[in-house]
Amino acid sequence: MDPKAFVLGMSALGAGIAMVAGIGAGIGQGIAAGNAASAVGRQPEAQGDILKTLLVGAAVAESTGIYSLIIAILLLFANPLIGLL
Amino acid sequence: MKKKPVEKKQIIAEKLVLMMDNLVSGTMGVKNISYTPYILTLFLSSIFGSLISLIGLRSITADINTTMTWSVITFFMIQIAGVKSKGIKHYKGLMEPMAFMLPLNIVGELSTPVSMGFRHFGNIMAGMVITTLVYSGLSSLTTIIFSTSIPFLQVGIPAFLSLYFDLFSGLMQAFIFCMLTMVFVSKASD
Repeated sequence: MDPKAFVLGMSALGAGIAMVAGIGAGIGQGIAAGNAASAVGRQPEAQGDILKTLLVGAAVAESTGIYSLIIAILLLFANPLIGLL
Repeated sequence: MKKKPVEKKQIIAEKLVLMMDNLVSGTMGVKNISYTPYILTLFLSSIFGSLISLIGLRSITADINTTMTWSVITFFMIQIAGVKSKGIKHYKGLMEPMAFMLPLNIVGELSTPVSMGFRHFGNIMAGMVITTLVYSGLSSLTTIIFSTSIPFLQVGIPAFLSLYFDLFSGLMQAFIFCMLTMVFVSKASD
């Protein structure tokens, strides 16, 4: 088998597997949004502050998902493993 | 420019500056209101840099050099604000709670700009990649189904994706980047 084809195929698989990390970010953002909704239900007058806190918290929870996305993009478009052959 | 605004342009500009003044003083406290010009500049360049993809150009924030530059500026702002308010004691905070935590705290401090830059870049870049994939998928779909080389399925359908990935994501990431900058700088200057 052509070794380059093997590396490219395995890189595509790896990019797909790396995106499994998106599950964690999704669960974290869901918990944050659910708690923010119940906080607005309890205290509707604090909606602006809650929304601001929710957005910052969701952005921080997202970063692990973004790291895996960077790995996937690297594997697909700027593959460092091809150069090692 | 008039003292009492009559032109449309001046009214919009004054409204924008007042809104940003309120946001900065609400997040960082009234003593840090001098950060408003930087935050507003960052916000506007991020928004227009992302929204430029609406007219078919590549957005400037889909390039990692742009977002990393902004986050490195934020990193130095954090350090300068910390040293200004606490002096050299700011770096004694790296030894908290115990001295052997020093390497971990240094990594934590350095990961702030890296994660901020990657977050903005990753969001805009992912939108761009998905939109490109949908475009090429629709083009080959028209070739398969209708066996013509005119990709007329590309008209209209990607506009709904663009609504989320360009408009919502661009505005959101600009707001989040400014918000995180303000939160970190005001935390360092306490």
